[in-house]
Amino acid sequence: MTIDLKTVKKISKLARISVDDKKAKKLESDLNSIFEFIEKLNQLDTSKSEPLTSVVDAKLQLRKDEIKSQNIRDQILKNSPDDNKDFFVVPKVIE
Amino acid sequence: MSNITDLTLVDLVEKIKKKDLSSKEITKAYVERAEKSKKLNTYITEDFNNALKKADNFDNSPDFDKKIPGIPIAVKDLFCTKNLRTTAGSKILENFIPTYESTVTNNIWNEGGILLGKLNCDEFAMGSSNETSFFGNVQSPVAEKLVPGGSSGGSASALAAKLTPTTIGTDTGGSIRQPASFTGIVGLKPTYGSCSRYGIVAFASSLDQAGPMTRDVKDCALMLSIISSYDNKDSTSINFKREDYLKKLNKSIKGKKIGIPKEYRVEGMPKEIEDLWQKGITIAKEAGAEIVDVSLPNTNYALPAYYIVAPAEASSNLARYDGVKYGFRSEGKNLIDMYEKTRSEGFGNEVKRRIMIGTYVLSSGYYDAYYLKAQKVRRLIKDDFDDVYKKVDAILTPSTPSTAFKIGEKTNDPVSMYLNDIFTVPVNLAGLPAISIPAGHDQKGYPLGLQIIGKAFDEQNILNIAYSLQEEVNFKNKMNDWWM
Repeated sequence: MTIDLKTVKKISKLARISVDDKKAKKLESDLNSIFEFIEKLNQLDTSKSEPLTSVVDAKLQLRKDEIKSQNIRDQILKNSPDDNKDFFVVPKVIE
Repeated sequence: MSNITDLTLVDLVEKIKKKDLSSKEITKAYVERAEKSKKLNTYITEDFNNALKKADNFDNSPDFDKKIPGIPIAVKDLFCTKNLRTTAGSKILENFIPTYESTVTNNIWNEGGILLGKLNCDEFAMGSSNETSFFGNVQSPVAEKLVPGGSSGGSASALAAKLTPTTIGTDTGGSIRQPASFTGIVGLKPTYGSCSRYGIVAFASSLDQAGPMTRDVKDCALMLSIISSYDNKDSTSINFKREDYLKKLNKSIKGKKIGIPKEYRVEGMPKEIEDLWQKGITIAKEAGAEIVDVSLPNTNYALPAYYIVAPAEASSNLARYDGVKYGFRSEGKNLIDMYEKTRSEGFGNEVKRRIMIGTYVLSSGYYDAYYLKAQKVRRLIKDDFDDVYKKVDAILTPSTPSTAFKIGEKTNDPVSMYLNDIFTVPVNLAGLPAISIPAGHDQKGYPLGLQIIGKAFDEQNILNIAYSLQEEVNFKNKMNDWWM
């Protein structure tokens, strides 16, 4: 299968990465060569194989549901590109 | 006495315990050498002044019961360090200051280590040559204009150039072992679940593992016993009995069954790598190991499966970089526009490429054909190893299908870059431990590595085999400090 420009644009929309026409062209060719390589998997019969999601057999550990507050709001907000000292600030969403 | 920076970690620890050397002397020696080695571009963030202060503090009230008392260490910039910038080699995290410390680095400081600074790496650990970092490519100390490998390229380069006595990296598809092989050092990827992933910038969570990169196998055993720990902050951390890997290190290779997988004899592999593999086999045999021909029939499918699984997990892990809570933001007309511009400008080309692959294979209508298929293939690859381990104790292969290449040589061809990892990726898919040790040089004098793959949680065994091989191989680094 081949990935066309329209598909590249669609994926970029889903991935929330803006892509101009020149970059889309380059991505189209890169992704096609990568998928050509990936398609090799179709030679393999996997009908009897169970999907492997994790190599760890252990059950997930449960922990007590308790608050472990470190009171580091200000430090966390310091890393944000824009805040009003109490909250993260983003462009207006509701008109 | 020889140069401080020539000593192994184990020797340094001994000297500091005997009070032959102070922490300050050691730290100063490394800082001075790093100052003269800027050309290699190994550091993203230096923390030298703090390191020297901490060394002073250590000398004033030393605690020699620690495993690495007063020893300075630089680490890959993928480990979050509290109050010290952590970038993952990305513009999007250029100014990120973590409010917490990764468990693995915390373990190192708890045993007396002192942070020297943060080492360059491929952006979000995505790359095999350290050319995708926002902070510029890393030079290999082996030769000018040569890549150190990746993604832990800064770590490999800094260690090989003797800018840190030891270091740690992370390995998702070979990111410790491939650069170790390219620069003539030892690198170990532990069993999945051995070293906590807490505080490590996530790439592909079902594959990522931290591990030591060291001058020799003894140092590697020491570092592993420090960083490996059960951690309830990582839900995939496994609670098993960890050994004192250094104390139990021995050359017991006699009677060990070592498998040689025929599928690793790939087309186009240079003769010198084939010869090196043969040399490893001969040494193991002479030391009393039993060599067994084995087959891992699905090896060829590991890399394509990896390039579905890893990008899929990455696309989901990297969704958090949206310009809101931390990191770089580019202004937009509205929220969505802001997200799209931020991610477009904040991520480099390789990271964007992988997010796009991951988004595509997880998108509606393609999930079964790609992602589910890859997970089924992953099962077959793990089954291959399980079958082989009924017959052998460990597997011996070359670490990489080629030696280090020139900077820029493979940047325009992603698939040829990906092929670097054909011998290392299957190990991550199966969650197994594997070590790469330097074992020889090619005609140009570039190092070559051998990889020993073990059963899950059998790190002691592969360390022991590596230790026996190391003695016989007698690898000598040929570096001449050309960059100074």
